[in-house]
Amino acid sequence: MIEHLPVLTIAVPLIAAPLCVFLLNRTLVYLFALAVCWATFGMSILLLDQVLESGPISYELGSWPAPYGIEYVVDYFSAFVMLFVSGIGAVVLTYAPQSLNDEINPSKHYMVYPMYLLCMTGLLGICITGDLFNVFVFLEISSLSSYALISLGRSRRAPLAAFQYLVMGTIGATFLLIGIGLLYQLTGTLNMADMAMQLADDHDSRTTLVAFAFMTVGLSIKMAVFPLHTWLPNAYTFAPSVVTGFIAATATKVSVYAFIRIVFGIFTPQFAFDEHALDTFLVVFSLIGIFVASVAAIYQGNLKRMLAYSSIAQVGYMLLGVSMHNLDGLTGGIVHMFNHAIIKGGLFLVVGCFALRLQSVRLEDLSGAAKTMPLTALAWVLGGLGLIGVPLTAGFISKWLLLTAALENGYYLVAALMLASSLLAVVYVWRVVEILYFSEPSEAAKSAREAPWSMLLPTYALILAILVFGVWTTYSAGLASEAASSLLGGTP
Amino acid sequence: MTLTPSSLIVLSLVLPLVVFVLIGLFGKLANLRDGLTLILSSVLFYVVCCLADGVFAGGRPELSLGDMLPGFSIAFSIEPLGMVFALVASGLWIVTTVYAIGYMRSHREHHQTRFFACFAMAIFAALAAAFSANLFTLFVAYELMTISTYPLVTHHGTEKAKLGGRTYLGVLLFTSIAFFMMAIGWTWSVAHTLDFQLGGILREACQSGEIQNWQLMLLLALFAFGIGKAALMPFHRWLPAAMVAPTPVSALLHAVAVVKVGVFSVLKIAIYVFGIDLIRETSISDWLAYTAGFTILLASLVAMTKDNLKARLAYSTVSQLAYITLGAALATPASVMGSGMHIVMHAVGKITLFFCAGAIYVATHKTDISDMRGLGRAMPLTMGAFFIASISIIGLPPGGGAWSKWFLALGTVETSHYFLLAVLMISSLLNIAYLLPIPIRSFMKPKTGETLPFKEAPMMCVLPLCLTAIGTLVLFFVADALYLALLPITEVVK
Amino acid sequence: MDIDMVLGLYNYWIVIVLMMTGFYIVIARGNLIKTVIGLNVFQISVFLLYITMGRVDGGTAPILHETASADQAYSNPLPSVLILTAIVVGVATTALALALIVRIREDYGTIEEDEILILDRES
Repeated sequence: MIEHLPVLTIAVPLIAAPLCVFLLNRTLVYLFALAVCWATFGMSILLLDQVLESGPISYELGSWPAPYGIEYVVDYFSAFVMLFVSGIGAVVLTYAPQSLNDEINPSKHYMVYPMYLLCMTGLLGICITGDLFNVFVFLEISSLSSYALISLGRSRRAPLAAFQYLVMGTIGATFLLIGIGLLYQLTGTLNMADMAMQLADDHDSRTTLVAFAFMTVGLSIKMAVFPLHTWLPNAYTFAPSVVTGFIAATATKVSVYAFIRIVFGIFTPQFAFDEHALDTFLVVFSLIGIFVASVAAIYQGNLKRMLAYSSIAQVGYMLLGVSMHNLDGLTGGIVHMFNHAIIKGGLFLVVGCFALRLQSVRLEDLSGAAKTMPLTALAWVLGGLGLIGVPLTAGFISKWLLLTAALENGYYLVAALMLASSLLAVVYVWRVVEILYFSEPSEAAKSAREAPWSMLLPTYALILAILVFGVWTTYSAGLASEAASSLLGGTP
Repeated sequence: MTLTPSSLIVLSLVLPLVVFVLIGLFGKLANLRDGLTLILSSVLFYVVCCLADGVFAGGRPELSLGDMLPGFSIAFSIEPLGMVFALVASGLWIVTTVYAIGYMRSHREHHQTRFFACFAMAIFAALAAAFSANLFTLFVAYELMTISTYPLVTHHGTEKAKLGGRTYLGVLLFTSIAFFMMAIGWTWSVAHTLDFQLGGILREACQSGEIQNWQLMLLLALFAFGIGKAALMPFHRWLPAAMVAPTPVSALLHAVAVVKVGVFSVLKIAIYVFGIDLIRETSISDWLAYTAGFTILLASLVAMTKDNLKARLAYSTVSQLAYITLGAALATPASVMGSGMHIVMHAVGKITLFFCAGAIYVATHKTDISDMRGLGRAMPLTMGAFFIASISIIGLPPGGGAWSKWFLALGTVETSHYFLLAVLMISSLLNIAYLLPIPIRSFMKPKTGETLPFKEAPMMCVLPLCLTAIGTLVLFFVADALYLALLPITEVVK
Repeated sequence: MDIDMVLGLYNYWIVIVLMMTGFYIVIARGNLIKTVIGLNVFQISVFLLYITMGRVDGGTAPILHETASADQAYSNPLPSVLILTAIVVGVATTALALALIVRIREDYGTIEEDEILILDRES
């Protein structure tokens, strides 16, 4: 049993998803999906435990030996990402029922859970697979289900936002497909490790470069790198709160994961950074993205849209870390995937609490809400401190690592700009804090009640995780560092 | 009962946290809450005193909580300067707690639980900063201090409080993230360590040419301006802005804990990161000395124009803090000694002045100096204390401040900065001009001719300020003990 | 570049023309249905790319047959298999996109993007 764990982690939610449709009772569906989510989380923990104990696991699907069959690879990096994707998936689903009741027509609920499970399956699949075509398939599984989930939003603009995301996302995925095709043409294999070996002496060919370019651009769309981010703000704003919470915390990070895998696992840093200056492009676009998106966030009147722009900025920090291509930088980038996942997940859950009680997430309706919803407001403050990167929160850890990595490389200007940009986060986070605490209560806020415990507890689980992982980093920065060193060491 | 020094460190750091938790738990029971705070703060002071015994006898207790990140650990190691600062902070916490109870209750302030809880957190941050063994720990404590005092500054929740809080947080976070953090990262990248060491950790990098003199100067600037809590101009705006807070906050935090964490950090970095010999040999700090001198004069001049008592005291604080920065910048044994002593002298003196301002407000609701004529007849104890503390701040015997200013003056002479010596002299005159008229005029007849009835603030407000006023006098006579305690930090390591 | 090469790469030229046509439709057209059609054209060009690369010169269909000689070359079947998966994905995408368009039309009464944006600005 235990040796089939890698495939079970994918198969269980995948098979459970269609089964959900047959359980017609709403509560039953929910409980079933919840159980599956937590079971998946449990399996991810077991996987990580195995990896920590005995090193990376390779699992051959259907016993077809790699590179002919599909291989699942669980190493530090994939186990780490799977852990937080499934963990956040479980926590957000625990939070979901009351928020969904409020925002989605009950008759559609039985559709939400299967799609949610499919989305999680796709994201986990991208992490675990060692086969490049599989990455595309899982990417499309997660994307298609997330388009559908986003379109369920209360506003009539939700379907349009989902459609725009669909068009952008499909272009991105198709670009990836082109890149995969070209690489296959060149190497005759789809197994990533095998491909890296075949490619090692074929770095000069134009096909390699074209494939690399297509894959980079394709994934950049999925990662929402500036200026390919245009789909993200609308998608996050109009999706149901629960969906935004899950997708914002996980989807872009898994795309970053895929990008790191492709750059470090297939093409090697020498090819990407030394021969083709990807690092310069990444640094420039990341920094522009961080500044533009942070400034845009400052001017938003809608809390969800504000956080969406902040997400675009935060992806910039992850890519900055990748572009440093030294141990500290990559560690910083990877650990920021985790830290930002819990921070942004937590904050979107807070927004969901406001949406439930105030029926709006516009800033003017939020004014003075701290008086009637003190715990929710406090959660915003703590999560916001994490987003700013104040010491003793998780955000600080990643910022610190990125700073030392930049200085180690002698990128003084980058370090200075990075720190300056994080001050913009102070502005947009604190603007909300002031509105919550110092403004005269709005009509909605006066009559509001504190959010229900069933939502507050999961929210605080993530918020407290921000504080815990700001002090205790064995399983965040420690694992990220292991993952980074194996990524850097695994390349010739 | 004998405890090892490192368990004493644990105890002294845990106690404020325990207070924080207990206050949260017993928030509804005001008497129990305040009683517990009083008892535990006294216990804390006792623990810190026990630690001080060992440290002043030459011990250097250490405690490491392990790596927060690979290579960056949260660790504590006590040296005399930090010990002195911890003594001041924990000792004055007791006095301030008494005062705050009297002040908050007679004002019927709301959110008292949050108030006292944040207070305890700020004390924790102050102690953690005082005991820090490396820059990383210092930075973490420094930022914790900023965050934990924000709710205190904005305590009243009014529009004015919001704006004050915005300036407070804006300036302090901006400087610390943009400059201080950058400086720490830079130090790490050239020195490959962040541990405080007597004689500094940068000498090697400097000799090997890894860091040029002009870069060293830039690094010092990043530190000096990055530590916004030291209120060096032009990053001093937060301090007057923070005066919207209730007076006990201004007293303990904005005369003692917060600002002293700032100047303490500057001093500590000068001594233990750069090393005072290195600073003197390379003369990278001349500009800093003159910036500090400029701040001293300008802040004093601004203070003279302020009619609001707390605002005047705030600018006076800005000016006095620059003395300490000046001592660090001059980097001679005497000037460093002067700075170290001034941390104590100014703390006790300024807290008295703020207590007085608060007591006047409690008793008469007056905030403007121009309204205080004749007030001394109604509040003789308060105004008497104000007078004594003013003497100390100005630097006249028998106020403790005389000693610290003497050593600072010695430092300017040693380094032949006669212009700065003149600055110190002029500044003392300015101090006289903006502080002494307040108590003197208060003992004159009121303009209207009617005498105010005797009406002191409540006992719990008046008693602490009398104590600290006497404290300034006592410090004048026990200054040699302080001198001996601080002597190790002036040692020159070759 | 002689005529043989131009003709020999015939499939690839078609792929590029189709790809750019599809891409242009997606970018330039405001009608949502036309956007979806453009997306389909774009995807189909990639299917062609895969199928083209699977073809081996002189190869037959990859089916083992007793009459085949030992040195018989076969076309690579794997790209075709991959593209079957990609076609399924493409169909799913199209279906979802059309479903979304139906919802958009129910809500707005139009499927022209600029008209929808005007309606949104008015509301």
